[in-house]
Amino acid sequence: MSFLQSLDWMQILKAFVVGGLICVIGQILIDKTKLTPARILVIFVTTGTILGGLGLYKYLVDFAGAGATVPLTGFGYNLSKGAIEAVKEYGLIGAFIGGIKASAGRNFCSSIFWLSCLFN
Amino acid sequence: MANNPTETVKDYQNYVDKKSPNSPILKNCFNAFWVGGLICAIGQIISGFCKSRGLDTELSGTVVSILLIGFSAFLTGLNLFNKIGKFAGAGSLVPITGFANSIVAPAMEYKSEGYVMGVGGKMFTVAGPVLVFGISTSIIVGIIYLIFNTTGITLV
Amino acid sequence: MQKLGSQTIKFDNPPSILDTACIVGPKEADGPLAKYFDQCLDDEFWGEKTWEKAESKIIKETVSTAITKSKIPADSIDMCFAGDLLNQCISSSFGLRYSNIPFIGIFGACSTFVEGMGLASSFIDGGGATNALCAASSHFCSAEKQFRFPLELGNQRPPTSQWTVTGAGSAVISKNGNGPFVTHFTPGKIVDMGIKDANNMGAAMAPAALDTLLTHFKDTGRKPSYYDLILTGDLGHIGKDILKDLSQKNGYNINANYNDCGVLIFDKETQDTHSGGSGCACCGSVFSGYVFNKLRNKEINRVLLIATGALTNSTTNQQGESIPGIAHAVAIENTI
Repeated sequence: MSFLQSLDWMQILKAFVVGGLICVIGQILIDKTKLTPARILVIFVTTGTILGGLGLYKYLVDFAGAGATVPLTGFGYNLSKGAIEAVKEYGLIGAFIGGIKASAGRNFCSSIFWLSCLFN
Repeated sequence: MANNPTETVKDYQNYVDKKSPNSPILKNCFNAFWVGGLICAIGQIISGFCKSRGLDTELSGTVVSILLIGFSAFLTGLNLFNKIGKFAGAGSLVPITGFANSIVAPAMEYKSEGYVMGVGGKMFTVAGPVLVFGISTSIIVGIIYLIFNTTGITLV
Repeated sequence: MQKLGSQTIKFDNPPSILDTACIVGPKEADGPLAKYFDQCLDDEFWGEKTWEKAESKIIKETVSTAITKSKIPADSIDMCFAGDLLNQCISSSFGLRYSNIPFIGIFGACSTFVEGMGLASSFIDGGGATNALCAASSHFCSAEKQFRFPLELGNQRPPTSQWTVTGAGSAVISKNGNGPFVTHFTPGKIVDMGIKDANNMGAAMAPAALDTLLTHFKDTGRKPSYYDLILTGDLGHIGKDILKDLSQKNGYNINANYNDCGVLIFDKETQDTHSGGSGCACCGSVFSGYVFNKLRNKEINRVLLIATGALTNSTTNQQGESIPGIAHAVAIENTI
């Protein structure tokens, strides 16, 4: 019970609404443009990266938390954040290693989890 | 014949568009909204739990990703994710769960063609473009940041 | 054998269909035509390791069932015309590699079954064969894998999409027999009306079906009412609607006796197959099971079977090419 009480329900509601709305944008793209899922995902990750680079996506993350980081735009945001941080640290070379560094964790674990298919 | 829609390619395309039913977009959007929102809300709960255990924001985010990816891969392996995806459309595609599904699904499908060229070669058929475009854009963002920052202009 | 009009072949001694066989997958077994199929599988693998192997096994078993049912020895079959949807028609060539029957692999996409039936009849009437066999197969899983996305990928199918039938159909055709007879064969032209949406195959193939249908009527001088049943291969609900409308606009009303295999094989409401069935096995199994049964029992006596095919692959589709359609027709009648 103490765990439930400790949760910030307002924040969860924000995440629900914002995350849901981002998905609705994707659904409209699917139904109206006949884009394949691969293209939709590319559009989302690129949009997230650009918005992240412009510094705009940060506001959405601050407002909605997981509602902004869990959709693939959040993955793009992480990439641009990683690139910018690495540029601050290493200069030009940082632009090339930052994104890959930021995505390494996710890539690694998603690569690991395909193992689950071996048990199928 | 005057009203023959097979006269030209354009006429026929218009005719087919009129004949073909549209996707039930309102229903699809509603399902996408609540499933997508629910996945994000679960992410928020996990992140809240991590923070209450003293993890910082960055690390909590990674834990959220790992758990959602793992859960999605697990459901894909059980052949359940395609059923959720069919129902929710973008609701399960756009969150990180869809990304994980797009890696595990071809890996399972092409297992019969061997582990190197089958699983290894095909698992990034959908996720590959996402990574290529995402990382390429992030490189451009980094370079632009570098140029504008050294000349004293900061973006936002 | 003589040529009528621009592209129809009339057989002087119409070959007889001795018997047919079909084996279908579990989803087709849930459909309205289940009781007409020779065998329904419990799962898509049928004890094999891959879907491709399963499809080969389906066509192999279908062919051997057809030969058994026709009661002629396997070594008296002079020729086999078979095809499927997988790259280089591997299901039929792998499935029939130990069959010891001269094999002619054909590709007409989903029109393969009728293409094979027309060719087999032509060879028999021309004296090149006494008994010949035609077969075609498709498999939902292997077709999805080759043409679309992995099955486990969670995406939605648009309402215009069709469901590839898992199964195979086969017919043994002979110079001697008591019918039903293959009387005419109208091979179709390739018709491309510029449809690019791979999720709307029915609309892409309907103009080809229309072309073959009109040509057949013009060449033979027959009217739609001559046939008890005009049956297209896999236009689905949307394509069926388009073909009805277009042939009406061209002065032939086929509304009364027209149907489509893709519409018949699945129940749209309960099976969630959207626009209906498709694939080589759609026409193959519906003809071999349902229609042949009705012909045999004299419930219907004259059938015009028009199988439609979309001559596309995933590469051309990704390169933005449109989808050319084709349709081949055979007239099958109980009396000559």
